[in-house]
Amino acid sequence: MADLVFSARALTKTYTSGETQVLALRALDLEIFAGEVVVLLGPSGSGKSTLLNIMGGLDHATSGQLFFKGQELTNLDDRGLTAYRRQHVGFVFQFYNLIPSLTAYENVALVTEISDHPMRPDEALALVGLKPRMHHFPAQLSGGEQQRVAIARAIAKRPEVLLCDEPTGALDSKTGIRVIEALLGINAQLGTTVLIITHNASIQDVADRVLFFADGQISRIHRNEARRAAAELVW
Amino acid sequence: MILMRALDIKLFRDLVRLWAQALAIALVIAGGVSTVVLAVGSLRSLEETRIAYYERHQFADIFALVRRAPKTLLTQIAEIPGVAAVQGRIAKLALLDIPQFREPATGQFISLREDGQPALNRLYIRLGRMPEPGRGDEVVVTEGFAKAHAFKPGSHFAAILNGRKRDLVVVGIALSPEFIYAIGPGDRMPDERRFAIVWMSEKALASVYDLDGAFSSVTLKLMRDASEGEVIKRLDALLDRYGGQAAYGRKDQTSHAFLEHGLDMLRNMSRTLPPIFLLVAAFLINVTLSRIVALEREQIGLLKALGYRNAAVAWHYIKFIIVIVTIGVVIGSAAGTWLGTFVTEMYGDFYRFPFLVFVQSPDVYVAAAALSLAAAIVGAVRALRDIMRLPPAVAMQPPAPPRFRRLLPATFAVRNVLSQPAVMMVRNISGHPIRALFTIAGMSLATGILIASLFLNGTMEALIDVTYFMSDRQDATVSFVERRPLKAVNQIARLPGILAAEPFREVPVRIRNGNIERRIMISGRPPDADLNRIIDTDLHPVELPGAGLALSSWLAQILGTQVGDFVEIDLLEGQRRTVSLPVTALVEDYFGIQGMMHFDALARLMREAPAVNSVSVSLDANERDRFYDAIKSMPTVSGVALQRVSLANFRDALAVLVTTMANIYIGLAAVIAFGVVYNSARISLSERARELASLRVLGFTRGEVLRILLLELAVLTLLAQPPGWVIGYGLAWTLQTKMAGELMRSRLVVEHSTYVLASAMVIAAALFSALVVRRRINQLDLVTVLKTRD
Repeated sequence: MADLVFSARALTKTYTSGETQVLALRALDLEIFAGEVVVLLGPSGSGKSTLLNIMGGLDHATSGQLFFKGQELTNLDDRGLTAYRRQHVGFVFQFYNLIPSLTAYENVALVTEISDHPMRPDEALALVGLKPRMHHFPAQLSGGEQQRVAIARAIAKRPEVLLCDEPTGALDSKTGIRVIEALLGINAQLGTTVLIITHNASIQDVADRVLFFADGQISRIHRNEARRAAAELVW
Repeated sequence: MILMRALDIKLFRDLVRLWAQALAIALVIAGGVSTVVLAVGSLRSLEETRIAYYERHQFADIFALVRRAPKTLLTQIAEIPGVAAVQGRIAKLALLDIPQFREPATGQFISLREDGQPALNRLYIRLGRMPEPGRGDEVVVTEGFAKAHAFKPGSHFAAILNGRKRDLVVVGIALSPEFIYAIGPGDRMPDERRFAIVWMSEKALASVYDLDGAFSSVTLKLMRDASEGEVIKRLDALLDRYGGQAAYGRKDQTSHAFLEHGLDMLRNMSRTLPPIFLLVAAFLINVTLSRIVALEREQIGLLKALGYRNAAVAWHYIKFIIVIVTIGVVIGSAAGTWLGTFVTEMYGDFYRFPFLVFVQSPDVYVAAAALSLAAAIVGAVRALRDIMRLPPAVAMQPPAPPRFRRLLPATFAVRNVLSQPAVMMVRNISGHPIRALFTIAGMSLATGILIASLFLNGTMEALIDVTYFMSDRQDATVSFVERRPLKAVNQIARLPGILAAEPFREVPVRIRNGNIERRIMISGRPPDADLNRIIDTDLHPVELPGAGLALSSWLAQILGTQVGDFVEIDLLEGQRRTVSLPVTALVEDYFGIQGMMHFDALARLMREAPAVNSVSVSLDANERDRFYDAIKSMPTVSGVALQRVSLANFRDALAVLVTTMANIYIGLAAVIAFGVVYNSARISLSERARELASLRVLGFTRGEVLRILLLELAVLTLLAQPPGWVIGYGLAWTLQTKMAGELMRSRLVVEHSTYVLASAMVIAAALFSALVVRRRINQLDLVTVLKTRD
């Protein structure tokens, strides 16, 4: 069995929004292994993004424990979480979150400059097929291209895990497939563990495992015996 | 290969993208910095110039006039402990007769030793030379007078010296530290056309005035540690038997006192306005940068998500601020230095300084820059701290909507009392009360500093109105060389063109209450005077009581006396008695400090037959020239002051200085006001882009969207005006109080039009900002804002 990357024990997150309390994660238990592609499926508000944010060190859990390669993340302070993000995690967001004033190359360089063993920005962009357009600004790129820049930015530091929150959410099917292709390519070439949140059920076929979310808990886990290639996806 | 780090590239591109806003903020900083640099720079330069001028030209410390004292007395004066140098000379006032110049002019004649430059009060020869020994007709005149009559070396004019007309030839044109500010007899303002300092050979003057081997004026230079009061006391004792008038120090020397007052006004202006400007600017950039940084919330969240440390993110934004502040400080220092030089030269020209010493003040630049930077960084850090406290996952989301409240009962909504845009505007203001308050505070301060700069013009007009049209309503004042019996008034009254004539007697005194003492003139005037009226503090003409003393209300304040109190008076003329007099009225006057008495009461006090020093007259304008001709033939007359000319001189001279300064400040205040309003409008556009875009999607037109945005700006701008007026009045009051002095002051008048103009300027800045914002709304495809979240 491959190495354990994440393990969660009774992970709980409560949001206070105005006068109401929202239970986003209810005592969730989970294990993620190195090199896996995991898809997280489920309706809005079922806790997928909350889990991913806590796994990525972007947010704190209310209670419970989360371990990354045996190190407990849930007791790290802000400084510790920053170091963790810097060294181990790559993010891909639904709305790309590129810096509009930086070119594709510079957006990637933003990360490589603060990493220990990064690839060159043009290398990372080549991996997502965007080397020819690396001196374009986000506004000059299509949505799919912008998302691939975001992926290049996420992988350039050679992270152990790539956390993707609805990476195709804002894209049409054709560009969405290219983005999924890029993510799977990274997984294949670098062995990076990839977690993908999606609303799009057809994407589940590319995963090793699919986690179904409901009401802040994992309601069901499905293991694909054979992963499909991104090109075979239809939605 | 990237030469700059990616974050620095972002910084640079952000600056380019936000150039208009960055420039507007930089201008606010520049406005604050330049006022300080300008004010302190010009003041220090002028003060240093004066010190250098006084030192290089041996300006005396003590001055005294005598009727006639033998030169041998000078040795005794030199022996007074503390006296470093003594210079005796002849000083006489005489009427001048200038070719092609109808109005009578006056010359203050000062004798020059045969060997050239005097030891004290040395001349600065601008053109020509000193008179040659033995040439009694050669004179040196002051530059202002020479310029007014286009005199060059070789020009001729005549003077009536001791009743005899004498032709004089100009050989030199000079400046003197003793007469930087030269005022003719009976006048209030310098008039370079009609008042000259004329230096001529001692021998010639002595023979005309029968003063061989004698002097009529003495000036003293003191040693560094000498006591001025002690020397004056001893000098007075020596001069007493030679008809000496009380000696006085620089403080009471006309030229020095006026120069000091001019510098003092500048000093007070620079101690009051610039700090206020700088503080206002600092407050504004603090608020503005805090809002701009708050807008970067999502990018800050992203940088943190990517693994940037808090300190690195903070440093990134602080660099952004340092660049903007540096631009502002550079613009401000350059503009301030340039304006400072301009003001120094303007004052230098006005005072006819022979040279200017420009003082660089690096400490001021550093202090102004440090304060601006600190204010900016504190503002940014305040916003950064709030954002950095958030987990990156939360920061990357737009802020949670603030909780709005219903302000009015629900029935209002149902009845459609307010349109939905108006409701949005009201809720937006009440939902961000702190932000709204800061915006209002910023615009109020902008209005306030505009009022504080604008009111000076109105105040100057009030001063002119009370002085020239309510109080001293004569057309001319005829001054005599020496005091004359009362019948001299009748002589004057019989001259051609005279419609009315009133006697005026002036006696120098020392006035004292406890240990506070001032040297002033007490004037005696008829109780029913119609020309030289007395205006009380309620601006009503008052009749002088038969006994007692009316005081300038400013003097009463200095002395700490009120009506009914007694003050001690040393009479410095005639029998030199010390008497005690009751204060019977307080008088509103703006030039100098003085006492006033019933004409007969003053004569009784002096134990003399009623006498006059000058006569105030009202003139028939058609007969003016004949009046002038008649005056020129009267050897007893030392000069004629013309009210109309005095007012014109006041307007072009002192008023110009004050209003030019005021206009510079108005300009800088306007820059600050514009910067604030423009940034407010631009930032609210950014803050509300998503909301406004949603409205566009819902089918609102661009115009409607603009209206919603601008409605808020308009309401905040209008709400800011009343507090702005209060702040403005407060600042004006402070400035007024600080600028008032013994030589000149005014009552605080902030005209309605000043409030209106200040508000109009802020509203104009708001309108201009609205235009710029409209262009941006039209340019932006707001619909895309909804699709992406970058």
